[in-house]
Amino acid sequence: MGTDGIAVFSRDVTKVFGRGDTQVHALRGIDLNIRFGELTMLVGPSGSGKTTLLSVITGLLDATSGELVVLGRRPAKLAQEELILFRRENLGFVFQQFNLIPALTAAENVAVPLLAGGTKRQQAVQRGEEFLATLGMAHRAHALPSELSGGEQQRVALARALVHEPKLIVCDEPTSALDGRTGHAVMDLLSATAVRPDRAVIIVTHDSRIFDFADQIAHMDDGRITSLEQNRKNGSLANGLAPISGALPLGDPELRASPATGD
Amino acid sequence: MNFVALKMLVADRAKYFSLIFAIAFASFLLANQISIFIGIMTRPSSQIRDVVDADIWVMDPQTLYSDEVYALRDYDLYRVRSVPGVQWAVPLYKGTGRAKGPDGRFRTVILMGVDDATLVGAPRKMLMGSIYDLDQPDAAIIDKAGFLYFFPGDPLQVGKTLQMNERRVLIVGISDASAPFQSFPVLHTRYSQALGFVGRERNLLSFVLAKPAAGVPPAKVCRAIEATTGLRARSAAEFSLDAFLFYLRNTGIPVNFGITVMIALIVGTVIPGQTFYIFTVENLKQFGALKAIGVTNRRIVGMILLQALVVGGSGYALGMGISAAFFARTLNYMPTRGIIFPWQVMASIGVVVLLVVGLASLISIRRVLVLEPAVVFRG
Repeated sequence: MGTDGIAVFSRDVTKVFGRGDTQVHALRGIDLNIRFGELTMLVGPSGSGKTTLLSVITGLLDATSGELVVLGRRPAKLAQEELILFRRENLGFVFQQFNLIPALTAAENVAVPLLAGGTKRQQAVQRGEEFLATLGMAHRAHALPSELSGGEQQRVALARALVHEPKLIVCDEPTSALDGRTGHAVMDLLSATAVRPDRAVIIVTHDSRIFDFADQIAHMDDGRITSLEQNRKNGSLANGLAPISGALPLGDPELRASPATGD
Repeated sequence: MNFVALKMLVADRAKYFSLIFAIAFASFLLANQISIFIGIMTRPSSQIRDVVDADIWVMDPQTLYSDEVYALRDYDLYRVRSVPGVQWAVPLYKGTGRAKGPDGRFRTVILMGVDDATLVGAPRKMLMGSIYDLDQPDAAIIDKAGFLYFFPGDPLQVGKTLQMNERRVLIVGISDASAPFQSFPVLHTRYSQALGFVGRERNLLSFVLAKPAAGVPPAKVCRAIEATTGLRARSAAEFSLDAFLFYLRNTGIPVNFGITVMIALIVGTVIPGQTFYIFTVENLKQFGALKAIGVTNRRIVGMILLQALVVGGSGYALGMGISAAFFARTLNYMPTRGIIFPWQVMASIGVVVLLVVGLASLISIRRVLVLEPAVVFRG
C-alpha cells in the first residue's frame, strides 16, 4: 500500500501516561489509515482513547511509540515550532464546546487562523465574512458568540476550521452540545463543505445519530480499535476488524502525501 | 493578533475597569504619600533653600541641623572671612521668638536676622514690598502664611504692626517664604534689628553665611573653614540633607508614611495582580484553542504582555492625572503650600506599576505556557 490518498497513517501507535504504578495505557497499538476525501469517525465509550488518538494525530500530544504519518509528515520528528506551523497551515479544529472567543464577532472568530498565519486584520476579517456567507451565516457575521444559538456557534466554529483551507479537519464531539435536529444540520453542512477529495475529516463522537455521515468508523475500546466499518455512508457496510495491509514505504525524512483525485 | 488580545481584555468591562481602577488607586496613593512625605521632609531645610546668595553655612561644631542652633562668638565671623577661598562672609541670626498681633493672638515665629549691609539671606520671592524696606526702623518682612494668621480676613498689605519682646514690628513686606516644618510664621529683619526682637543672649550669631571664591568648590572651602576655625561648615546642599536626615531618624514620620506606602504597594500589587491572573485563567480555554490552532507561545506571551501594558498604562495615567489634579488643588492651600508632585516620583511610580503588571503577567504567562493545548479536547 502506498502513501497515495492516505492522510493519516498509523501503525502500532501507543500512548502511555504516567510512570510506574500510575501508568495509564491510553492507546495500545493503533493501526489506522485515514484517506483523503473521506470522513472518518472515532467512536467508543468514554476512556476508550478517542480523544487521545485525536490529540496524537494533531500533534497536541506525542505518541509513546509506533509509527505515525500525518499529511506526509511525522509529528514526532518535527520541532515544536515546526509542529505549530504544521498545525496552523494544515489542520482545522472543531471543538465540542466551540471554543469561540467571546469578545470577537463571528467573522473575527473565523479570521483567527488567518490572523495567526500573519494575514492583516482587515483582510482576514473580510475573508471570514465571505466564508460565513458561504455557510449561510452572512447575516450573523457581526454577532458575538453570546448572541448566537448553539447551532450557529458550531457553524462559526466550522467556518473557522475551514477558512485557511486545511488538509485535515478534526472535530471533537461536534454535535454533543446540540439537539438532534441542529446536530444533523451541522453534520449536513460539515459533509457538504469539509469533505473534499484533497481533504480528510476526522470526527470523535458518541453520537450514534450521525454515524451515517461517516465513510469509515473506527470503534475504539480500552485504547484499541476493536472494529472498523467502511463505506457506511454509501450503504455498503464492511464490518469487522479491517486488515491494514502492508507498511507504508516511508521515504524519510518526510513523506509525500498525495491527495486523492476524487475518483 | 494584537486586536484579539485587546478585545479579549475589554470584553469583560467590569474586570477591565476594576483592573484599571485598582492600579489607578494604588498609583494615586503612592504618588500622594511619597510626594507629601518628600514635601514635609524638605520643610526643615526651607530656610536654607531660601537663602540663595550664600553657598556655605558655618556653625557651631555640634550643630545637628538648622532648627537647633548654638550661637557663635562675634569674632568667628572674622575668622571665617580670613580663610583662603572665602570670597565673603556675613552674619545670620536664626531663632524663634513670640509675636503678638493687634487682636492679642500670638505665635512663635521663626526670626531671620540678615546682614544689615548686604541683606544676604533676605527673601527673594516677595509678594509685596521690597527687601530694601528693611532699612526702616523696626521693619520686618513676614511670610504670607504668617500675615494670614495674624490678620485673618485682611487683604495682603504692608504697614501693619506686630509686637515682639515689647517692641513694635512694622510689616514692610510680605514674602513667599518656603513653608517651615513647624508651620511657624517666618519673619525676616536686619541682624541688628533681630537682636531687639528677641531676648538678649550673650551671643546671637547663629550662622556665618559665606561665599566661596570664584571657581572654588563650596565643599573644598567648607573643609578649609573647618580646618582653620574648628567650626562646622556645610554647603547648602549638605546642610539641607542634615535637616532631612535628622527628621528622618528622630521622628515617626517615615514609619507613618512608610506604612501607607507599603499598603499602597500591597493593594497595588495584589488586587491588580490577582484580578489579572483570574482574567487570564478564565481565558485559558481560549488560549488553549489558540495554541491548538497554531498560535505560538511567543505570540500568546506578546498578547498577555500587551494586555498587561494597556491595563497598567491606563491605570497609571489615570492615577497620575488624579494626583496632578490633587496637587494642583492643594498647592496654594496654606497648610500644604509648597508640597509638589515631583516628576521623579511620577517616573518612579511608572517603574513600580511596570513591575507590578510585569509580575502579574509573568504568573499568568506561566499558566498559559504550561497549558497543554490538548486541554481543548476535554469538554
